[in-house]
Amino acid sequence: MSLEEFKNRNVGEQNYRLVDVGQTPQTGMEKFEQVVKRAVKLELFTGLKVTFREMFKALFGGQMHTTKYPFEKLPIAPRYRAIHEMKRLLESGHYRCIGCGLCEKICIANCIRMDTRYDENQRKEVSEYTINFGRCIFCGYCAEVCPELAIVHGGRYETASEQRASYSTFEDMLTPLDQLAQQSEFPGFGAVSDDADKKIKKTPLAY
Amino acid sequence: MDGYIIGTIIKAILVLAIISALAGFGTYLERKVLAFMQRRLGPMHVGPYGLLQLAADGIKLFTKEDFIPSGANRLIFMIAPIITAATAFIALAAVPLLPEFELFGVTVRPIVADLNIGILFVLGMMAAGLYGPLLAGMAQKNKWGLLGAARTAIQFLSYEVVTGLSILAPIMIVGSLSLIDFNNYQSEGIGSWLIWQQPVAFILFLIAGYAETNRTPFDLLEHEAEIVAGYATEYSGMRWGMFFIGEYANMITIGFLASIVFLGGFNSWGFIPGGLAIILKVSFFFFLMLWVRASWPHIRPDQLMWLCWKVLMPLAVINVTLTGLWMMV
Repeated sequence: MSLEEFKNRNVGEQNYRLVDVGQTPQTGMEKFEQVVKRAVKLELFTGLKVTFREMFKALFGGQMHTTKYPFEKLPIAPRYRAIHEMKRLLESGHYRCIGCGLCEKICIANCIRMDTRYDENQRKEVSEYTINFGRCIFCGYCAEVCPELAIVHGGRYETASEQRASYSTFEDMLTPLDQLAQQSEFPGFGAVSDDADKKIKKTPLAY
Repeated sequence: MDGYIIGTIIKAILVLAIISALAGFGTYLERKVLAFMQRRLGPMHVGPYGLLQLAADGIKLFTKEDFIPSGANRLIFMIAPIITAATAFIALAAVPLLPEFELFGVTVRPIVADLNIGILFVLGMMAAGLYGPLLAGMAQKNKWGLLGAARTAIQFLSYEVVTGLSILAPIMIVGSLSLIDFNNYQSEGIGSWLIWQQPVAFILFLIAGYAETNRTPFDLLEHEAEIVAGYATEYSGMRWGMFFIGEYANMITIGFLASIVFLGGFNSWGFIPGGLAIILKVSFFFFLMLWVRASWPHIRPDQLMWLCWKVLMPLAVINVTLTGLWMMV
């Protein structure tokens, strides 16, 4: 199921209409008439028809609704905030993180710890980086504050662990180099919106 | 004479084994059919297409703790499920399950006891099955159980009347109470089926059969939304399983009764041989019960009584009277 289908999966044909059920019978005679009318019109068999039709559609029309969850998963919205991912630059393959430390500063659960140093090119490199997912509340501030879109939220929502403190290191979350080709521009939380260019306004200084 | 006794014992054991296995398989079928009608898959993971779910459930039921609540009447609490299961299987004794066939040069009649009052015996035994839920509900010292027992009493006793009166008209036409005579009466093809002569009796019998076997829309005895599990509230493990097997065996019995009395029984049907024909008919009735359960809502207890005494019973009496007049003329 693609994301578009997934979003529209419960949208009906939208031609709802009220069923005319008529007046509620008051007297005994009216009740009797209603019973006879319904019995003669075989209204009960409409119910049987509906369930049989649904069974037919499920078995032969490919409209079974079950998702066998641990084996197959439904797509998840890009703005969903689950386990973090560290992105790489598409051109060089180097990780995007510039070691500015904003995510560590802004983290309200205090679950991010990082350490940086200068490498031989006097460029900052990340020497230590951990996120304690036992503490993380998945608020998304780190992804939002990140100037490079280096730390983002992924779609891995199965976060159960055996211990309260469960750490992920930078390498755990970093896109593996051999999967760099599959890394797409992140559309979710913290990313610029599609119409960001249109929203840019001239500063007053230009006048 | 010895051969007759041994043959009867073998038949009884076979019926017990096969029908209880089928009753277990019925639970699988029910879950599958209900799932398909709700566009789900149903049990899928134990064995291919979930077929071994049955074995898994059996292991679970047998190994579960046999729990007896402290305030309960121990003896009655313990024997109540046995009454349900036993009466359900005893009722099958007088039902001809298949046509006669030859096996090792011996003609086998697949009926445990060909009683000349067959249908009375079956209905009486199913009526005695009332004591299972009734005693179970009253013995367990649980208010839901007691309510379930009360509902058992009103529902089963009321619908016994409808079952008896509705089947009286076919009995008058055939002039015998033996189910084999019913079968032989309808041996001349579809046109001779009693359903064409007695459509009202057929519908009444089917409705009453649903009430007798405690199936939706009349499953007030263990209506989980109102009285938890009714008479089975305090039961667990194999004692609860016996109620279940009894209920499914009763469903199969009602299917056989409806097939034999109204739908031509095990007479061969066109090119379909008799044995297959009755299996198809019973399967249809079993499927119909599941189908109805997936489609229709429960009814209230007062509606149940209204339906029984103000609609079905008068209709049955009118049907019997008209049949009698028609036979006299």
